[in-house]
Amino acid sequence: MNAIPVSYYVIFSGLLFSIGLYGVLVRRNVIGILMSIELIINAANINLVAFSRYVAAKPETGQIFAAFVIVLAASAAAVGLAIVLSVYRNRRTIYTDEINLLKW
Amino acid sequence: MDVLHNLARLGFFAATLVTLAAAVMVVTLRNIFHCALALILVLLGVAATYISLKAEFFAVIQILLYVGAIMTLVIFAIMLTSRIGDKTVLQNNRQGLMSFSLLALFNAFFIGSVIKTSWHLNPAAMTANVDAGVLGAAFMNEYVFPFEIISVVLIVALVGAIILGRSDQ
Repeated sequence: MNAIPVSYYVIFSGLLFSIGLYGVLVRRNVIGILMSIELIINAANINLVAFSRYVAAKPETGQIFAAFVIVLAASAAAVGLAIVLSVYRNRRTIYTDEINLLKW
Repeated sequence: MDVLHNLARLGFFAATLVTLAAAVMVVTLRNIFHCALALILVLLGVAATYISLKAEFFAVIQILLYVGAIMTLVIFAIMLTSRIGDKTVLQNNRQGLMSFSLLALFNAFFIGSVIKTSWHLNPAAMTANVDAGVLGAAFMNEYVFPFEIISVVLIVALVGAIILGRSDQ
């Protein structure tokens, strides 16, 4: 199991995080932003599992935190998509620059 | 044994490259439905990464929960909202170049610092066998309180999603 150094996993998850952050910054579609947030959450999870395998005092700690992160991501996706559907019903759009109800 | 190690390394790199390419497709493709399909590929690649970390239980959870449940929700939301066939709608705003250059700068610093770091590896953790039984015992003993709180959070979020999602009449 010593085949792959831990830094490869960290760099991989850093790149995945950057791609997700780019999506959050440039997307106009709210569902596109939610999917980019899923990318960011997955990058964090890779880090948790990799560090729990390589450097943690107890090998199961990081995986348990990754389980909590997955549950929170699931609830975030459910609530976020419900909000998107509600906004679409009321405003007929899901593009972020057209949802300006709270802007003055 | 050496051949097997090299093959495992090769498989890891192939999965990594496919995952990163699919992630780029998620944030750049114009058709949002194609983005959702690319996101499924990313999630499967992350599951392969979990397998290479010997976290098989998490690979299964990833496929069941993300690919099975969350992506179904996302595709439902896409089908219910967007004008998929409409190619004229701009999907990105005009901050692409600035975001890309800032993130490239961040990545240069990040990769440089990761390479220079000397990690204090724990040999016991690297050979430990973390299966579903070990995780279940940890959930029920040491982490039982966060486990209960996360259950409450999940039920509150799902009830809230139902209330937000129903029609007003």
